[in-house]
Amino acid sequence: MTGPIYRESYSVERGNFATAGDASRAMKNTLKRMGVDPAIIRDVAIASYELELNLVIHSAGGSITLEIFPDRLRLTCADRGPGIPDISLALQEGYSTATQEVRNMGFGAGMGLPNIRRHSHEFDIESAMDAGTTITSQYRLMPNDGGK
Amino acid sequence: MYTHSVRIDKRKCVGCTSCIKTCPTEAIRVQQGKARILPDRCVDCGRCIVYCHHHAVVSVTTPLEALGEFKYNICIPSASFYAQFRTLTSPGELFPSLYALGFDAIYEEAKAAEIIAEATRRYLKTSDAVFPMISTNCPVIPRLVTALYPNLIDNLSPFLPTNEVAARIAKREFSAAVGVPVEQIGAYYISPCAAETTHVRNPLGIKKSELDGVFASRDVYARVISLMGKVERKQSAAMFPSGAFGIGAAVVGGFSAAVGTEHYLAVDGIYAIIQCLEEIENERLRDLQLFEAQACSGGCVGGPLNFENQFVAKNRNRRIAYSQPRVDLETDEHIAKYIGSPLIRFEQPFKPHDILKLSDDVVEAARMTDRLEAIARTLPGLDCGSCGSPTCRTLAEDIVKGGAVEMDCIFKMRDKVRQMAQEMVDLAGANKRG
Repeated sequence: MTGPIYRESYSVERGNFATAGDASRAMKNTLKRMGVDPAIIRDVAIASYELELNLVIHSAGGSITLEIFPDRLRLTCADRGPGIPDISLALQEGYSTATQEVRNMGFGAGMGLPNIRRHSHEFDIESAMDAGTTITSQYRLMPNDGGK
Repeated sequence: MYTHSVRIDKRKCVGCTSCIKTCPTEAIRVQQGKARILPDRCVDCGRCIVYCHHHAVVSVTTPLEALGEFKYNICIPSASFYAQFRTLTSPGELFPSLYALGFDAIYEEAKAAEIIAEATRRYLKTSDAVFPMISTNCPVIPRLVTALYPNLIDNLSPFLPTNEVAARIAKREFSAAVGVPVEQIGAYYISPCAAETTHVRNPLGIKKSELDGVFASRDVYARVISLMGKVERKQSAAMFPSGAFGIGAAVVGGFSAAVGTEHYLAVDGIYAIIQCLEEIENERLRDLQLFEAQACSGGCVGGPLNFENQFVAKNRNRRIAYSQPRVDLETDEHIAKYIGSPLIRFEQPFKPHDILKLSDDVVEAARMTDRLEAIARTLPGLDCGSCGSPTCRTLAEDIVKGGAVEMDCIFKMRDKVRQMAQEMVDLAGANKRG
């Protein structure tokens, strides 16, 4: 498998709502510049926003990376902990460990991970307690994506 | 052919770069000391017109002398026009002066707004509706959406801008009432808006506009103010007078009020609209039914071709609207006649016109983006605009696209000059020793 033809990466801090959404917005603009199919841009925008907010709300901080290959896109979100004890529970709609404070801000409805999975062509999650969580969302690009 | 209304008056432009910074689609560059609009990127929002201290950005409109090209002439005043007059308490006080200018009939844009509001109210209850529906009363909105948010094309309202609706209905009603062919009737809009000439010449979603000219609100104001009170009140009525709702639609939120849904967002100002369209594109406003977007601050009362301060005009608009009865939009006969008509709808689907796309080929676009990022990293990041591009990133983009060179950056240029001077000194020293 060949390497990405383009890559951009953003570090995201825990609890920083001032910059929350910036990485997702920048990646969306990149994809618009690339002329990627608008439907895929929408999926990536939704998934990357949820991933970014997850980093801000739940993680000890981490990074979110967009890689573009000739035939696919890969979105990778890696954090430094705390890890998800029960992944299948976390993937259930409505399950959330968000604090009341975060819920008061309109987040933490337990739709984050299910929503990311719904807006991915391929979805993968790995988590180890203390080591952290890595989520990968992939999207297939049609050969004529740029020609539309 | 350049079909935009918004243009640069080269004699007045001093190349100051303030317009390039305010443009939401980065559609202006300063080259050889003068601003230039990139026609592919401009959405005619008119923000640069408001922003230019030198009045060098103008909107092309129809000269008043054009009145007379047709045998019969219909005036379509924007409701924002009423609010230009200090002493006006109801639209009827204005109409004798408009007739005196040479018009044979008046059809208020406000009436068309009532038709579209009722049509929208009904449409939102059908299964065809894509939520949130994005209103298209403001002609900038479909241009902005097709340029930056092609994902949201299906959310655009199926209904034509209200001035176009007014022109179509007015011509047919006048033709039927007077018994003259539609081809002999001209329809002229009294416009607060920078985008209208573009709409007339190069409309989106329809083959041809039935508006025949666009008069700047200011130009007509100047003529009418000298006529008011001096002309005999022979004719003083509009064809189908608008009620309070239609007149209120000249202020942002007025259209939503006329539609009568609770689940609406009414947003004015092009940057605020862009923020909300981002939210809609990311599916974060799913409960919303109607997104009323007005590119000008305040709505049409804030249009750049108006004379009066938008806040004063907003207050007057409210007073004038209240002077009129509240037409029951559900039972009004004239409204009922047209809400189901294809005449009020777009005829063709909107095509995406992605202005951000660097190349049709993803691999090539990725390569260009890589180069763009690399160039952007070497630029000072001050976004000073001296190169003629609005930001350092945009300059990098212009370089990658071939429209600019790195030496357009004055900081890069200074470094280069310093380096060359050093080389000359070195060279001179080398000669001496030689």
